[in-house]
Amino acid sequence: MLGALIIVFREVIEAGLIIGIVLAVTRGVPGRSRWVAAGVLAGTLGAGLIAIFAETIANAFAGSGQELFNASVLGVAVVMLGWHNFWMASHGQEMAASMAAVGKEVTAGRRPMAALAAVVGLATLREGSEVVLFLYGIVAAGASASSLLLGGVLGLAAGAAFTALTYFGLLAIPARHIFVVTTALITLLAAGMAAQAAQFLDAAGLVNVLGRRLWDTSSWLPQDGILGRLLHTLVGYTDRPTELQLITYIATLAIMTTLTWISGNRRQTTDGRRQKVHRLT
Amino acid sequence: MREIVLVSLLAVSPAVLGAPAADALAQELNLVIRDHKFEPQEIRVPAGKRVSVYVTNEDSTPEEFDSAALKVEKVIPGRSKALVRIGPLDAGRYEFIGEFHADTAKGVVIAE
Repeated sequence: MLGALIIVFREVIEAGLIIGIVLAVTRGVPGRSRWVAAGVLAGTLGAGLIAIFAETIANAFAGSGQELFNASVLGVAVVMLGWHNFWMASHGQEMAASMAAVGKEVTAGRRPMAALAAVVGLATLREGSEVVLFLYGIVAAGASASSLLLGGVLGLAAGAAFTALTYFGLLAIPARHIFVVTTALITLLAAGMAAQAAQFLDAAGLVNVLGRRLWDTSSWLPQDGILGRLLHTLVGYTDRPTELQLITYIATLAIMTTLTWISGNRRQTTDGRRQKVHRLT
Repeated sequence: MREIVLVSLLAVSPAVLGAPAADALAQELNLVIRDHKFEPQEIRVPAGKRVSVYVTNEDSTPEEFDSAALKVEKVIPGRSKALVRIGPLDAGRYEFIGEFHADTAKGVVIAE
């Protein structure tokens, strides 16, 4: 039972971390619970579908279907996270300032919400399909496996508790820092996902360059331990990164930081102009 | 890209000409999952090369070929065959497990 609990917990915490971060990031956004719940629900349904069609997906594209699927899911999530930060840099601060939920602000708050709900859905989809397959294997093995199934359910519960822990941990950050902290968190999250996606493209045989391993810190902080896994999801920690992974990681950080900076600057310029207009009138 | 490199290598050094056939043999390997165990439990691959491992899952339940060392995480549905690409690896031992049955499904890749 303990084995099943640990496996399911390990799969769930990655999605759990992401859900916890999204909930913290969207604190105060009207209707955010519904968006996140919709993301989890869609992701869970999708995970079931992925599990059913696992063989078809695996056999697609000359046996590289699963890798390409994972790379695409991660790629879309990276774009959504990038879009969120870009949008927040220009609208986020004014939105937080006037959270008085006038009709206009509510719709304004929706745009990054849709992107974040998609990120939640995609994370649930990816991790969930493995949980579904694992639990299916247990059920298929027969009635004697009921204690394993219980372990699986407890693992899910532990994962949910971990999500809550992430959320409340992030809530402890003072409100005036939350914007900077969440922007940084999301940037690192996206960079880690992009590096993972690059590795899947390599595993799919699509990218055949820069496969050399750069260093090995697996003896100090193994990536498959609990701490290693958490850091893997949060900041993209990899104990044996390849050149491709490091380059993708740094490039994503650079691109997202630049976009956020440009977006923030543009906002300040527009604000400046607006203030001038105000002074004139 | 790899083809281009290969072709240019062939053009430059006639000594390499004999190599591809032998490499092709070494670079495609087979693994079987039976009763939640890998067979063989140890496979040898050439260091510094990309290698294709065909994993056939003969069990009725799915398995996940998992190895942080090899950078592979791949679900293999029951009664199906999957392609796992690994390498290029430095010489050494690389452990892998079937994550859904980690207590029995264990194996190691030895690159030399």
